[in-house]
Amino acid sequence: MNLLKKVSCAALLGIFSQVVAAADSGHDLYMKRGCYQCHGTVGQGSIAGPNLLPKLMPYAAFAIYVRTPANQMPPFSEKVLSDAELRSVHAYLASLPASPAADSISLLPKAGGK
Amino acid sequence: MVAAETMGGMHSGHSEDLPGHVSNPGSDFMVDVLKAANIEYVAMMTSSALRGLQESIAYYGKNKAPELIICPHEEIAVGVAHGYAKMAGKPMACMVHSTVGLMHASMAIYNAWCDRVPLMVIGGNTADATKRRQGVEWIHTAVDQAAMVRDFVKFDDFPGSLQHFAESFMRAQALSMTPPMEPVLILADGELQEVPAEDPKSLKIPKMVEVSPPEGDARSVAKAAAILLAAKNPVIVVDRSARTAEGVGLLIKLAEALNAPVVDQCGRMNMPTTHYLNHTWLKAKLLRSADVILALEVGDLWGVVNTISDTPGRPSKRVAKPDVRVISISTNHLYSKSNYGDIQRYQEAELTMAADAQATMPSLIEAIRKGTTAAQATAIAARKQPMQADFLAMRNAARDAAALGWDASPISTARLSQEIWAQIKNDKWSLVSDPFYVSYWQHRLWDISEYKQFIGGSGGYGLGYGLSAAVGAALACKSEGRIAINIQPDGDLLMVPSALWTLAHHKIPLLTLMHNNRAWHQETMHLQRMGTRRDRNAESWREGTLIEEPFVDYAMMAKSMGVWAEGPISDPALLGPAIKRALAVVRSGLPALLDVVTQPR
Ligand code: HEC
Repeated sequence: MNLLKKVSCAALLGIFSQVVAAADSGHDLYMKRGCYQCHGTVGQGSIAGPNLLPKLMPYAAFAIYVRTPANQMPPFSEKVLSDAELRSVHAYLASLPASPAADSISLLPKAGGK
Repeated sequence: MVAAETMGGMHSGHSEDLPGHVSNPGSDFMVDVLKAANIEYVAMMTSSALRGLQESIAYYGKNKAPELIICPHEEIAVGVAHGYAKMAGKPMACMVHSTVGLMHASMAIYNAWCDRVPLMVIGGNTADATKRRQGVEWIHTAVDQAAMVRDFVKFDDFPGSLQHFAESFMRAQALSMTPPMEPVLILADGELQEVPAEDPKSLKIPKMVEVSPPEGDARSVAKAAAILLAAKNPVIVVDRSARTAEGVGLLIKLAEALNAPVVDQCGRMNMPTTHYLNHTWLKAKLLRSADVILALEVGDLWGVVNTISDTPGRPSKRVAKPDVRVISISTNHLYSKSNYGDIQRYQEAELTMAADAQATMPSLIEAIRKGTTAAQATAIAARKQPMQADFLAMRNAARDAAALGWDASPISTARLSQEIWAQIKNDKWSLVSDPFYVSYWQHRLWDISEYKQFIGGSGGYGLGYGLSAAVGAALACKSEGRIAINIQPDGDLLMVPSALWTLAHHKIPLLTLMHNNRAWHQETMHLQRMGTRRDRNAESWREGTLIEEPFVDYAMMAKSMGVWAEGPISDPALLGPAIKRALAVVRSGLPALLDVVTQPR
């Protein structure tokens, strides 16, 4: 299914690289497997799970974490999220544009400025 | 046909049964009691079992103090009273119809009970079985109607005379307002409401009294002061510590007397988010290194000292040091019922004071000030600068975290929060919703410094509290021109959508911003854990936890009930201008709702 999707995506996108296709399906998986539930749709984090960006873990550490989380995060085995799928989840996160810096957001005044 | 069988004599055609006129009905006197008890509002779902009282409030009492607030569900009526009490600082009443109405109301009463909130529930019942018409009236009476909620009201009674009603109402109100504050229930007998008051001149309404809350004894207070002064890393944990604005001022003084960081569990507005000793978001680190923990009105003391993991086997571990010295001051030590788990797991404290924290703080502050040695004063003063630095770092870390996903769609809860803040921060405002569902951004980023700027959460986590309590809080805000802001979870709204009608009907200015994550998201995460831990399906959570196919159009829903609304809005750039339009409606004295499609948390 995923392979099919990648293939068709790649076919549709024509000259666009595999990476784009991988990132697309990574987003799908990130949503469907429920990573977004605790980490937010763009890895920004929430009260239910830490932010995964801007300092994205290198893939090796990321994979170890997802397979064997240290704490309350449920472990995702290869059975429910294959290595290839996990790679594309990682690629999706890596493909996201950086969030603006707090200093550039006027609605986020610096603490202690009062 | 059904009506003729079940609705009693009205349809039976016995014209000789028609009663004559009734002057001076008992329920007029009941209204006098409500007035004497300073009840300003009565939230109600109209009820035949309380028809006498309803007519008396409307006609005899001229529908003013108390004024009827019409709710399409008893659960909403109680929720309104719940939110009102926390904002107004005094109880209002709610009228709920006999058996079935009280059943509807029960979950909301449970919320208020868990949240230590005073409110007067008035139910209807008819004790004399020979006075009940056949059919419905029998079905809507009970031998012991209060039994169904007795586990979560502090007091109930079913007065047999008007004098008894007056005395019981006043007793119930005094008990309700004595910490720990709780809901109470008085049943108004149908006959008592409807037949003329016998010997009205002999009736007396007792004066409303204020009961002074229990204060910690001098010996225990002195011991607490000594323990706190000897501490190197004292931490103050508060939950429902402040009952009034004075409670906030006292907590500041207490914390400053020790330069001790405060962890606010946000059951009320306890500690200003702007104060350098509010270290709420450093909780884990603070509790690990604390040598003394002072817990003020903390409902779950075990959960402060320990933690239990949502992993298979549910392992628990101690968070605090093994030799941490714990002091607990709470009226929870004075009152408990065994059936419901609101009592939480048992945690012993070295020093336990069955006392009201706010009432005890003045003597504790005094004992600390008097007992501080020169060396202790130096050590306490030396804590100030690091506390200030940690506070600033904490606030700025929240700011950096809020920037992540700033431009995302669905809209981030941090962005939602700050778009509102930018437009209300110079007004008189109050946050009347539970920040738990939106990652506590308001407490992490806003300047919340006054008692009335926040009212805590539901207490019992019963869905349907959110909008109902926001309506009640906004009602209390109305007279003082305070803008009430409700960040409204979609799942909660779906429990009580008709509260929107109450807002429109009574022209209650409330700004509601949907936190529309299109899910019962807490359960989404629970189901995710199940599927993943069972290692068989990481997508089964979709079944039954998502609010999709179709999405609910909350703006259309609100408009259908007469509330100004816009949305759905999922582009963050459109949110600010929409809030501006909605606020203009609210500032004109009317409710407004914006359907904002948001990130899950
Ligand atoms: C039910 C909530 C939940 C879900 C679903 C979830 N996580 Fe997590 N995740 C957490 C929590 C909580 C932590 C923090 C550590 C812990 O409790 O294990 C975490 C930590 C992590 C970390 C380590 C972050 C760090 O900086 O240490 C990574 C990486 C991660 N999650 C990736 C994922 C991915 C990828 C998915 C989807 C396949 C996912 N998570 C799904 C809750 C969740």
